[in-house]
Amino acid sequence: MAKVKGRTTFEEDLCKGCGLCVTVCPVNIISLDTARINKKGYHPAAIEEMNKCIACTNCATICPDVVITVERL
Amino acid sequence: MAIVFEKTKGLTDKPTHYCPGCTHGIIHRLVAEVMEEMDLLDNAIGVAPVGCSVLAYEYFNVDMHEAAHGRAPAVATGIKRVHPENFVFTYQGDGDLASIGTAEIVHAAHRGEKFTTIFVNNAIYGMTGGQMAPTTLIGQKTTTSPYGRDEATTGKPIKMSELLATIDGAAFVERVAVNNPANIRKAKKAIKEAFKVQLEGKGFGIVEVLSTCPTNWGLTPVEAMKWLEKDMMPYYPLGNFRKPEEVE
Ligand SMILES: Cc1ncc(C[n+]2csc(CCOP(=O)(O)OP(=O)(O)O)c2C)c(N)n1
Ligand code: SF4
Ligand code: SF4
Ligand code: SF4
Ligand SMILES: [Mg+2]
Repeated sequence: MAKVKGRTTFEEDLCKGCGLCVTVCPVNIISLDTARINKKGYHPAAIEEMNKCIACTNCATICPDVVITVERL
Repeated sequence: MAIVFEKTKGLTDKPTHYCPGCTHGIIHRLVAEVMEEMDLLDNAIGVAPVGCSVLAYEYFNVDMHEAAHGRAPAVATGIKRVHPENFVFTYQGDGDLASIGTAEIVHAAHRGEKFTTIFVNNAIYGMTGGQMAPTTLIGQKTTTSPYGRDEATTGKPIKMSELLATIDGAAFVERVAVNNPANIRKAKKAIKEAFKVQLEGKGFGIVEVLSTCPTNWGLTPVEAMKWLEKDMMPYYPLGNFRKPEEVE
């Protein structure tokens, strides 16, 4: 089955590190990057294995701070 | 390549002051997205409450008015009667709407005022430091119910949607929640239907949104979403309580 591919971008300095997006990603690729601290002083959400994103928009739908943009490739 | 989710023009670029994971932000976005999709951004006038969302006028990219605590429905009544061609909404918390402002919301609904209310029920007074609200659950610990809300002295949590649905002037009444993506999408649909009821001149509409207050509930944002689902939703059932027959 040809899977839909997506690309998710985070406007990182707006992220409050709440972790809600982490819990709703069906392919579990989002995590809070504990190695970094953003301008607001939080560990921002980030994705390493972007090739697994299926552009479902769940993360952007639950983000209270409109940090996330999702593209379908 | 296509963008499938981006920030709505219905919100300003100002970052919100809300605590991490507070679902006020999700509800703001839904209201703003629906206004953009219904082409209401140049026509809408919102009324902001007193409560954590007191600064909502900084975030909605439409004309806004501030009201005294609980009095948003009275202010919206005036605005809508003077400007019937404008789309008018109030955005109110549970302390604002279900406590100090109960008279205003009940009578605005009773008169069938043609505006729409977004009612954010997080079962607590968030802004002032987590005091008990009329909507606080039995047993819920707050700064003014440190041993948990006691039914014998404070009664049961007030169900505003059920109460307002008994009023003929209330054309549209629905309770939704923003605890997961599926429910957030349903909440958006309800907001759109409620807005349509106003545009069609059918009367007063309200969407009660079950929302979190991680800070004053003493939970992480993720735990707060679970508490909303496990503790709030059984007492405050989701669903439509009233709608005009034509709105499907
Ligand atoms: C006339 C008046 N009484 C009391 C207050 C104090 N006060 C400010 S916000 C608030 C409660 C807000 O709770 P809610 O409406 O649930 O909003 P939340 O912060 O939870 O979103 C109170 C009692 C006030 N500002 N004005
Ligand atoms: S769009 Fe869906 S799959 Fe992609 S990161 Fe967000 S939640 Fe995960
Ligand atoms: S939901 Fe938004 S604010 Fe919360 S961690 Fe994810 S990107 Fe950051
Ligand atoms: S105190 Fe509660 S309602 Fe207010 S911004 Fe913080 S989490 Fe949200
Ligand atoms: Mg409240």
